[in-house]
Amino acid sequence: MVELTEPIDVLVVGGGNAALCAAITARRAGARVLLLETASKDLRGGNSRHTRDIRYMHRAATEFVTGAYGEEEFWQDLYSVTGGATDEALARLTIRESETLADWMAANGMRAQKPLRGTLHLARSNLFMLGGGKAMMNAYYDTAAKLGVQVHYETEVRELKIHDDQFVSAVAVSAEAPRVIEAKTIVVAAGGFEANIAWLKEYWGDAADNFVIRGTPHNQGRLLKELLNHGAKPVGDPRGCHAVALDARAPKFDGGIVTRLDSVPFGIVVNKEVKRFYDEGEDFWPKRYAIWGRLIAEQPGQIAYSIIDSKALPHFMPSVFPPVEAASIPEVAMALGIEPRALGAVIDEFNRSVNGGRFDPGTLDDCRTEGLEPQKSHWAQPIETPPFYGYPLRAGITFTYLGVTVDEHAQVVMRDERPAKNIFAAGEMMAGNILGKGYLAGFGLTIGSVFGRISGREAARCAGF
Amino acid sequence: MTICNACRYCEGYCAVFPAMEQRRVFTKADLTYLANLCFDCRDCYYACQYAPPHEFGVNIPKLMSELRADTYREFTCPAILSGLFKRNALAVTVITVTAIVIILALVLSFQGSDVLFATHLGEATFYRVVPFVAMTAPPSLIALYGFAIFFVGAVRFWRETQGPITALVDPSALWRATQDAFGLAYLKGGGAGCNYPAENFSRSRMWYHHLVFYGFLFDFAATTVAAFYDHFLGWQAPYPYLSAPVILGTLGGVGLLIGSVGLLYLKWRSDRDPANSSMLNMDMAFLVLLFVTSLTGLLLLALRETPAMGTLLVIHLGVVAGLFITLPYGKFVHVVYRYAALVRYAVEQRQAETNS
Repeated sequence: MVELTEPIDVLVVGGGNAALCAAITARRAGARVLLLETASKDLRGGNSRHTRDIRYMHRAATEFVTGAYGEEEFWQDLYSVTGGATDEALARLTIRESETLADWMAANGMRAQKPLRGTLHLARSNLFMLGGGKAMMNAYYDTAAKLGVQVHYETEVRELKIHDDQFVSAVAVSAEAPRVIEAKTIVVAAGGFEANIAWLKEYWGDAADNFVIRGTPHNQGRLLKELLNHGAKPVGDPRGCHAVALDARAPKFDGGIVTRLDSVPFGIVVNKEVKRFYDEGEDFWPKRYAIWGRLIAEQPGQIAYSIIDSKALPHFMPSVFPPVEAASIPEVAMALGIEPRALGAVIDEFNRSVNGGRFDPGTLDDCRTEGLEPQKSHWAQPIETPPFYGYPLRAGITFTYLGVTVDEHAQVVMRDERPAKNIFAAGEMMAGNILGKGYLAGFGLTIGSVFGRISGREAARCAGF
Repeated sequence: MTICNACRYCEGYCAVFPAMEQRRVFTKADLTYLANLCFDCRDCYYACQYAPPHEFGVNIPKLMSELRADTYREFTCPAILSGLFKRNALAVTVITVTAIVIILALVLSFQGSDVLFATHLGEATFYRVVPFVAMTAPPSLIALYGFAIFFVGAVRFWRETQGPITALVDPSALWRATQDAFGLAYLKGGGAGCNYPAENFSRSRMWYHHLVFYGFLFDFAATTVAAFYDHFLGWQAPYPYLSAPVILGTLGGVGLLIGSVGLLYLKWRSDRDPANSSMLNMDMAFLVLLFVTSLTGLLLLALRETPAMGTLLVIHLGVVAGLFITLPYGKFVHVVYRYAALVRYAVEQRQAETNS
């Protein structure tokens, strides 16, 4: 580790989007900033390296977004996905402050691109980064280095020394050597705890062993727990996590976007016992996207199987793994490792109950089953055109909701409702204040960027700048 | 590449990704086409969340340059000479040195050393050392041979990648591809420049490549004008310093000199992880040869009224002979396949727009 030659004003813990926004802002204010990232340089950037687009308020179309997206519409979208599990003051602050984000991001090296093909539903509200989140993080790290932010990789903060709600120092470990780092203020932007399987087990039991973690293996929640142990006020459902249906062959960590699978509405889904368990045709993406992870997590062995025929193939984005393919249903079942006769029976029953409506993947059409339990309420077509395909599915955890409470200065609020003197939080570890449940595409980056900037500014101010 | 197709974050960088997304499965022909659309900017490599050390280990620039090297070997003719691409630097060096030695031997045996080392002043001094027929007939033959090989390569490429014949008479597609080629549009890397030589964005590669590209064209123009003077106006080289061939040649030579040194420097500094060693070897060989060609050409111009002229002329002609003999068996061929791929892309994208 490089020895620190001068005292640190702002210590930033974490290496994702929120951390970089904080470090850059604090450094621009004049503070001496040290940023500690657990990952290696190649794998830096936390979950931000897997992101793709950011939701932000804007009054008019630009080269990269197709139209205006105002405060009220933004707020309504947020309110509807959270069902009210949000702090309106902080949420509106986030929305209003997001208006300047596109310019800020560009000024710090981010390059935008036109919405990707197949993302029409986000083309108006969300800005897409050229090359995605890792390219944006590369730009931010580059900007931070040019500004003089010190960055140490492969350095994990294990412990915080806090006295009377005041941060004193942090114990950081690099190459197995612990050392104490003092700073006037600290910004903690170290993510949620979704990669900590043992912690997930507290709520999910052994089922958590079968979860796939879509992002960085470094989000162990160590700093979140540390702050909570020091008396920070928790926010968000501790059991809550955003889970989506993934291809079961995905790597355990860091699979990112390419392992997600959206074949569900175009066929049937059975569990290990070869029983259907939910209406596959209930709703569109993103509502469908948000519930299937949890549905699979609740099945025996936390696994499910999506079965489709060749008619369905053109209707969804391919995952990175090719489906199991066979000329008959029993062969698909055998390839997937489930009981062939049972699957044949389920599909026969399903095919008999299909009403023969007019199939239209673009609307909630009138193709449904009759007399079948559970019903498939839209896009129900007989599974009869070979070849047949099967995908194994697992629950993929994107992020957790549990966090620490913050105020409008990004200052961490303690259990007695008083803000900690010099402790600030940004990103996933405080997102639960604003997104208490549900999912809004590109909004995690919004919260991270807005509160990253606020925390950087306020921490620098607290340190005398 | 199924990973890229499921991710699509890099769509805005270059033509490869939009072209890739129009396919779900990739035949060998598709890969050949995509590889020649790739111009090795490496933006996608540094942006890729799945690049090594990620377990997926996605490295598109490396894969593409391997496939391009395959293209160059497979589509050339005769097949027996495709091995020249394999140890390209060695092959280029041997051929060039041999050419110099042969020319030197011929000059010495037919003209004698007196002529070679004398100071020549006045008109047609070059032809006193190397007679007119000897200086023009073999290069013309070599050039014709080169064009024939390029033509065969282009036809094979077009056929292999199943390009529609009608596209070849599609003026707007040809125009679009020509614009892209002459502007070196994609070297801008979606606006930021290439990740070259390493992870930071830079436009230096584009500028150096422009210098080489237009330097080469200027020299080609200089030769054409000189040939015109000679055949139709009866003016014989060497020409005055302020004549069109000399001005064009000097500009081109200087451009080549700076451009090739710049590109060599960038290659030297470049990150090897996203690179393919046989392609790098080919790049270096071609750049060195361009550099030596323009250097000897400029020296010849500067010292043409001194006793060094004869020797320099022999060396320069030898190097030029080496350059043109190896032209169809070295990095120059990227011009052919890349242009063909750009035409194919222009056609395909227009069809996609019409369909949607």
